[in-house]
Amino acid sequence: MITLQHFLVLSAVIFSIGLYGALAKRNVVAVLMCIELMFNAVNITLVAFARYLPATAGNPYGPLTGQVFALFIIAVAAAEAAVALAIILAVYRTRRSVNVEDVNLLQS
Amino acid sequence: MPSTLWLILLLPVVSLALITLLRPAPRWSGRLTILAIGGSFVFSVVAFFEMLTRQQAAVAAHQEVEPVVSMVPWFQLGKTSFEVGVLADPLAAIMLLVVTTVSLLVQVYSQGYMAGDPGYRRYFAFMSLFTFSMLGLVLAPNFLQMFIFWELVGVSSYLLIGFWYHKPEAAYAAKKAFITTRLGDLGFLVGILMLYAYTGTFDFHQLQAAVKVGALGGAVLSTAMVLVFMGAVGKSAQFPLHVWLPDAMEGPTPVSALIHAATMVAAGVYLVARAFPLFQAAPTALMVVAVVGGFTAFFAATMGLVMSDIKRVLAYSTVSQLGYMMLGLGVGALSAGMFHLFTHAFFKALLFLAAGSVIHGAMEQDLFKLGGLRRHMPWTALTFAIGGLSLAGVPPLAGFWSKDEVLTAVYHSGNGLLLALGLLTAFMTAFYITRAWLLAFAGEWRGAAAAPPLPPGYALTPRPSPTGYALTPGPTPTGRGVGGEGVPAAGSEAGHGGSHGGSPGAHAHESPAVMVVPLLILAVPSVVAGFLGLPGANWFGSFLHGEEESAAEGIVIASSVVLAGLGILLGYLTYGARAISAEGLTAAFRPIHALLVNKYGLDDLYGWLVNRLYVGISLALAWFDQRIVDGLVNLVAWLAAQVGRGVTRTATGQLPNYALAVFAGVVVIANVVAVVAGR
Repeated sequence: MITLQHFLVLSAVIFSIGLYGALAKRNVVAVLMCIELMFNAVNITLVAFARYLPATAGNPYGPLTGQVFALFIIAVAAAEAAVALAIILAVYRTRRSVNVEDVNLLQS
Repeated sequence: MPSTLWLILLLPVVSLALITLLRPAPRWSGRLTILAIGGSFVFSVVAFFEMLTRQQAAVAAHQEVEPVVSMVPWFQLGKTSFEVGVLADPLAAIMLLVVTTVSLLVQVYSQGYMAGDPGYRRYFAFMSLFTFSMLGLVLAPNFLQMFIFWELVGVSSYLLIGFWYHKPEAAYAAKKAFITTRLGDLGFLVGILMLYAYTGTFDFHQLQAAVKVGALGGAVLSTAMVLVFMGAVGKSAQFPLHVWLPDAMEGPTPVSALIHAATMVAAGVYLVARAFPLFQAAPTALMVVAVVGGFTAFFAATMGLVMSDIKRVLAYSTVSQLGYMMLGLGVGALSAGMFHLFTHAFFKALLFLAAGSVIHGAMEQDLFKLGGLRRHMPWTALTFAIGGLSLAGVPPLAGFWSKDEVLTAVYHSGNGLLLALGLLTAFMTAFYITRAWLLAFAGEWRGAAAAPPLPPGYALTPRPSPTGYALTPGPTPTGRGVGGEGVPAAGSEAGHGGSHGGSPGAHAHESPAVMVVPLLILAVPSVVAGFLGLPGANWFGSFLHGEEESAAEGIVIASSVVLAGLGILLGYLTYGARAISAEGLTAAFRPIHALLVNKYGLDDLYGWLVNRLYVGISLALAWFDQRIVDGLVNLVAWLAAQVGRGVTRTATGQLPNYALAVFAGVVVIANVVAVVAGR
């Protein structure tokens, strides 16, 4: 029997992997991919809650709320990926690098 | 009458303003000053006679004379309004007469003495300022105004002592005078503030009334009056603040005559006289006045015995005579002290102007280099002798009567020690002034050149044109130069070396008429002023008091005359007849002589106090300020800088670091929210 906890643990694991990658990776493309991992970990949580939580007075649409949010996140993530890849391209053209350590104009 | 008083006060300001703003030709600035002060003099005479009429009317009605007062509001502080104005009573009327008479004669004399000086215009502007300040002091109806003018005369004195500011000694002397008197002024200010704190008024008559009804008295009044007397000690050069007056002789001699002999130094005496009802209610303070005065009279006279500079002899004599005045006031005899001020102003101004004439004519002021001037400067010799005899207290000259009135008052007070000091001073006074006259005018010329030839008809000729001036190097006068102006010789007191030829003293000559005539005029009151205060028929005392003073004491008069005669005789035997060797006397009293020449080491003591003690304390305080106080401030700044430098390290520019920080923040916030929501 697969319970809500299983989903949440899976989500936490994926989120942590994504977070680690986002913080530790030097390649901006890899960082972007890790961020996508974190989005999707959140998506898993949302749909899991939607599946397991019943409709109540405070939440009349029940499962639909979580699913709608997940769809929103997928749409936003697609847009974000497009914008981010455009920024990465622009950065690459000026600095000939996609390494986060080379993007340090704000360093004191 | 009030308008007369205002005119007396304001005329010198007009001349000051005109000289400063219009910058007339030097000669005209002198004449303008004389005109203004002459006007003040005329109005002072008018005011004096009006006061005399009022006084006689008051005596006839058996009342006290009402002072003439005219006030204008000055400023308002809360509910108290402060006023300035003029006040005239018999005391002020007499003082006005003294100040304007001497000032007028000194201005006339200055035309000759200062002729050709590059600062001629500046000199008369300062003189106008001084006369204005002095008149304001005399006419002041309250302590506040008096203090303001008190400081103004101090400033004018500073400016005039340092008139030849390119001479370092003059600049130092000016600073010394200003700072030394300032020590006394501090006490004066504290004193009047104390009186104000206890009564809420600065006004002399309101303060008197407060004393009369007993609202003010006891230890408070005594302390306040001793503090006020401190101001008089500074200004009137009483011990221990007398050190500035002999040095102040670096100024031009007419300045010494007017400011440092006749008027400003008498301001301290006038202050005590003005506040006399307050002093009378505070016997302790009065005793302090008497003791300080008596001691100063004696103390200064001893130093006058050995000075070799003719002006310094007179300076110590002035300090000594001011001590007499204080002594007279201190034993409770207002009219005796004021009478001595009155006569002293004339004969001491005369002595100073005569000394100035000597310096002008002989280019020398060291008594041991002068000599034989009697033949070359007969008028100067005669007038100096009159002033000297008056100072020595030879009857029936002015100084005799006033000095005896002081001594009589001391005798009546029953204080034997003070009387002895006074009598000894009389003896020494007679000796040192005889010595000064004999050294300067008798015998033979002892200066650099041989005995000066006597140019026929040289006396009373106008001064030679000052074209020789530019020969002497010196600082170039700034500002608009006037034709014929040059640069004074840096070393000599009277800066007109070149025109007299090579060797100083070779052409010692009588001074021009413009200088001799004031001498002759001053000689008149030096002889006859005493008859205003004859014992038994004391017009002066009755004018001041409205009643007769106590009669004379034969024993006092006799002993003072005998002592003065002895002094003159001893002086003559030593320096005239040479029956007693001056060198022998010096050798016999070598330690005392050395002590006197060194002015009791007081200058050195004060120098040590300032240079070592004061500077030492200042250095310690400076160390505390720079190391401890500034150190604390610097420590705070250093800490902030260090913290900043530490925090700078977090700004790595590495995105992951920032992202980690953001995530850590989110975790913290989430935990907090969870804990808060979980409750």
